[in-house]
Amino acid sequence: MASVNLLIGVCLLYVTGLFGIAFLAERAASKGRRPWLRSPLVYTLSLSIYCTGWTFYGAVGYAARSGMEFVTIYLGPSLVMIGWWWVLRKLVRIGRAQRATSVADLISSRYGKSNALAIVVTIMAVLGVTPYIALQLQSVTTSLSIFADPFETATSGAQAGMNQISAGFWIALGLALFTLLFGTRNLNANERHDGVVMAIAVEAVVKLLALLAVGVFVVWGVAGGPSQMMARIDASPIGAWQMDGSRWAALTALAGAAFLCLPRMFQVLVVENDDERHLQTASWAFPLYLMLMSLFVVPIAVVGLDLLPAGSNPDFFVLTVPLSQGQNTLAMLSFLGGFSSATSMVIVATLALSTMVSNHVVMPIYLSAQGQGATVSGDVRHVVILSRRLSVLVIIALGYFYYRLSGGGGALAAIGLISFVGVAQFLPAMLGGIIWRGATRIGAMCGLVTGFAVWSFTSFLPSFGSDGLISSAVFEQGALGLNVLRPHALFGIEGIDPTVHAVIWSMALNIIAFILGSLVSFPTPLERLQGAQFVNVFAHSGQAKGWSASVAESEDLMIMTQRILGAKEAQTLFRDVARTQGVQGFLPEPTPDFLQRLERELSASVGAATAHAMIGQLVGGATVSVQDLMAVADESAQMLEYSNRLEEQSAELSQTARKLRNANAKLTQLSVQKDAFLSQISHELRTPMTSIRSFSEILRDTDGLDPSEQTKYASIIHVESIRLTRLLDDLLDLSVLENGQVSLNESVGSLGDVIEHAVVTCGVGQRQKLIVTRHRPRENVVMHTDLDRLAQVFINLITNAHKYCTAPQPELTIDVEQDADGTFVRFSDNGTPIPGNARDVIFEKFARINDQEGKGAGLGLAICREIMTRLQGAIFYEPIPDGNCFVVRLPQAESLAAQ
Amino acid sequence: MADKNTPPVFLDRRSYRKRRMMDAIRLTPVLGALLWMVPLLWAEGPQGALDSEPVQTTLSSAIKYVFWVWLGLIVLSAALWRMTRDDVARIHAPDTDS
Repeated sequence: MASVNLLIGVCLLYVTGLFGIAFLAERAASKGRRPWLRSPLVYTLSLSIYCTGWTFYGAVGYAARSGMEFVTIYLGPSLVMIGWWWVLRKLVRIGRAQRATSVADLISSRYGKSNALAIVVTIMAVLGVTPYIALQLQSVTTSLSIFADPFETATSGAQAGMNQISAGFWIALGLALFTLLFGTRNLNANERHDGVVMAIAVEAVVKLLALLAVGVFVVWGVAGGPSQMMARIDASPIGAWQMDGSRWAALTALAGAAFLCLPRMFQVLVVENDDERHLQTASWAFPLYLMLMSLFVVPIAVVGLDLLPAGSNPDFFVLTVPLSQGQNTLAMLSFLGGFSSATSMVIVATLALSTMVSNHVVMPIYLSAQGQGATVSGDVRHVVILSRRLSVLVIIALGYFYYRLSGGGGALAAIGLISFVGVAQFLPAMLGGIIWRGATRIGAMCGLVTGFAVWSFTSFLPSFGSDGLISSAVFEQGALGLNVLRPHALFGIEGIDPTVHAVIWSMALNIIAFILGSLVSFPTPLERLQGAQFVNVFAHSGQAKGWSASVAESEDLMIMTQRILGAKEAQTLFRDVARTQGVQGFLPEPTPDFLQRLERELSASVGAATAHAMIGQLVGGATVSVQDLMAVADESAQMLEYSNRLEEQSAELSQTARKLRNANAKLTQLSVQKDAFLSQISHELRTPMTSIRSFSEILRDTDGLDPSEQTKYASIIHVESIRLTRLLDDLLDLSVLENGQVSLNESVGSLGDVIEHAVVTCGVGQRQKLIVTRHRPRENVVMHTDLDRLAQVFINLITNAHKYCTAPQPELTIDVEQDADGTFVRFSDNGTPIPGNARDVIFEKFARINDQEGKGAGLGLAICREIMTRLQGAIFYEPIPDGNCFVVRLPQAESLAAQ
Repeated sequence: MADKNTPPVFLDRRSYRKRRMMDAIRLTPVLGALLWMVPLLWAEGPQGALDSEPVQTTLSSAIKYVFWVWLGLIVLSAALWRMTRDDVARIHAPDTDS
C-alpha cells in the first residue's frame, strides 16, 4: 500500500519538475528559441486543458451512471475543431488582429470597446468558473484521501482519516504560487506565457499516458482482451443502450459552445496562439487526443462496477480499480494524471480570469480613482502587475472557499455542466459579433444579462439543493407564487431534463434578447467600425486607423507610455518606430499607424477599453477617418482603393509639408543664432583684445612702473590671451572634427575611470554645489576607444549641468545601461527642461538657449556631437518629466562587458 | 460593367480542385454532426422494449459506432489537412465564392 507521504513526495517531485520545465521554457523563449516552444504539437497539447480533473475522474463515474452519455462532452469540441474553418479560424484571426487578451476583451472590443460589457462578462466568467476551480481542488483532495484509506472512502464516499480541508488549502496555495511565478511575472506586449504553455503541454502527455495505462491494464490485464471486454460490457448493468435523446443532442451542442467560450480555452486557443497554421494541425490532432482520452472510459467503468463492492464512488474508479488489484505503481501514475488535469486547469483558468478581472475591473477603478485619466503620475506598471497578482490570489481563494462551503458533495459531472451552461451564455454575443454586422452593444448586453439571469435561476441557484439558496416552495410553486416561474419548469412546461431545460431556455432567451436588442438600437460609429473590422476580418485584415494624430504630442505619449510599459520598454518601442520612420532621435512622428500600434501595446497591459480611452484623451477624442467610414458604408472596392490612394497621398503630402516647415524653422533659427553669434564672437574677441592692447600700451608708454604693477598688467594680458586662445581652440577643434581630419588615439580602459576622471576634472564636490549621483557597479564596462575624447564629452556634459541647472539644489545622475542596442550613459539633471523649440538646435554650432550672456559661445554640445560621431557612437537629448537628460551611446563594437 | 478586377469565369483544373477541397473541409463537421446524431434513432434499453420483441442496441455496438465515426472523421480531416495546408494561407483572402 502506497503511503500518503510517499504520494505527497511524488507530487512534490512532479511539481518541482513542472517548475523546472516552465523555467527552462521561459529562459529558452527569452533567448529567442521560440519556434521549438511554439510547435503545432505544443499548441495541440495545450488545448488539452479542456480535459480537467472532472473529465479525468468524472468521465468514468459518468459512464458508470449513464453509459455512453459521457462521450457528448468530447463530441462537441471534436466537431468544433474539425469545423475550424467556420468559426475558430475567424476567431483566432480576430483575436490576433485586435490583440484580445480574453473573452471579455474580445466582446468589449467588438462592441465599441465598451468597458461595461467587459465587466458583465468578467463577473459572469468568475461566477461560472469558480465552482469549477473548487471542483478541481475537490478531485485532488478526494483522490489523496482514497490513497490514505482506500476502501473506507470508496464505500462511504465521503470522509477519510486525513484532513481534506487543510490538504485543499496547501494545494490551492501551491497552485497560486505557480500561477504568480509564471503567469504574472512580466507584462509583455502579446500576453503569452511560454512557461505555462510548456508546463501544460507536459501535463497533457502525463494525463493521457495515465489514462491509457489504466485502460490497457483493465482491458488486457483484467478482462483478457478486447473481445472479452466487449462481452463483459454488454453483460454489465449499463450494457443496454439507454439514452435520453434530448440530453445527447443538447450536451453535444453545449460542450461545443463551452469549448469556444470558456476563458481558459480562449486563453490557449486564441491568446497563446503563435501561428494560425497550428490551428489546422490541431483540427485533427486534438480530436485524436480527445478520442484517446475517452477510449477506455467505459471499460474502466464496467470493470469497476464488476470488481468493487456495490456503493463505491464510481468517480474514482480510475484510482480504486488498480488499487484493488494491488497495482500501486499504476494507481500512483493514475493519481498523477488526475493531479495534472486538475492543476493545469486551475493554473490557466486563474490566469485567464485574473487578466479579465485586472484589466476590466481593477485597472479602470484604479485609474478613475486617481482622477487623472491618462496623465497618471508614477509608474503604473507595478500597479498592473500587482492587480493581476491580487486577482490570482482572490480567484483561487474564491475557489477554495466555494470548495469548503460546498463540502465536497455532489457528483463531479453535475458541477461541471452547470459551469458549462454559464459560460455558454457568451456564445451569442461572441458569435453574433463576428458574423453579423448588425449586432450592437445594447443587444449584446441584453442577451448576456438575460441568459445569465435564466442560468442563475434554472441551473446555478438550484444546484445548492432544494432549500439551499432557493426554498423548496419556489421549486414547486414558482418564484413569487407564479406557476410559470418554476426553476425546472419555466412557463409551466414540465418533463424536460433539468440540464436540457436550462440549456434550451437560457440560450433561447439569450439569443432572442440579443437579436431584438440589436434590431431596435443604433450603434455608435466606433461600434460600426469595429463591427466591420470583425465581420470582414479576412477582407481588410489589419487595424482600423482610428486616430488622426496631428494634434497628438509625441512627448506626452512617450511620458504616458513610460508609466504603463516602463521606461526601458517604452524607449525601445519609440526608438524602433522612429528608426522605421527614418526620424532622428527618440520621438517618432505621431502617424496613425504608430498610434494604432501604441494602442495595441497598451491594451495588452490595461485592456482595450482603457487603452483606447487613454490615447483618446491625449489625442483629443476618437476620430473615425474617411477610410473607415468607407469601410462601414461598404462602398465598391474601386472607390475604396481610389480614396485610399488619395488619402495616402494627402497624408504623405501633409507629412512632407510638416517636415519642410520644421526644416525651414530650424534654418531660420540657425541663421538668427549665427548672426547673434557673429556679434557675440566679435564682442568676445574684442573685449580681450581691447584690454591686451590698452595694458600693453601702458607697459610700453608709462615710465616708472613699479615691478608689482608691471607683473599685474602682464598677468592681465596673459589671462586675456589664454581666454582668446581657448575660444580659438574650440573653433579649431570643431572645424577639425567636422572635416574629419582628427586622428583618434585609441586605447583600452574602463568606463568607470573615464567618468571618474571627468567628475574630478570638473571639480565636483570641491568648489561646486552640484551633487553627482553615480551607480558605480554598472560602470564596470571595458572599452576600446579614444578615452580622452570621451572624457571631453563627459566633462562638457557635467560642466553644462553645473552652468545651466537652475534648481536650488542642482543634482546630476550618471547612470549606465546596457541592452541589445549597446551601452548608454545617461546624464539626467533636475533643471528646467529645455523648451521644445530649442531642442532641435542645441546640438548645432553657436546655439545657445535664451541668449544667456557670457556663459560660453555655444560650441560645447556641437563638439560633443562631432566627437561621438567620430567615435561611432551617438549623443542625443531625451525629455524626462522634470529635468533634462543627455544620453551618450558608446561605440558599439568596442564596448565589451566586463567578465 | 465588367472591369479588370472581375475574376475569370472558369478556374484552371488545379485551383478548381483546391476549391473543392476547401468545400470538403467545410462539410466535414456537418457530416460528423449528422453521423453522431444517428444514435437518437436507436432502440432504447429494457424500459423502452415493453413488448416481447427483444430489439435493443447493445452498449458495445454503440461504442464501436461512435469511435469508428470518430476515427473516420480524424483520418478525413488529417488527409484534407495534408492536401490543403500550403494553400489555406493563400486562399484566405479571395475565398468568397460560396
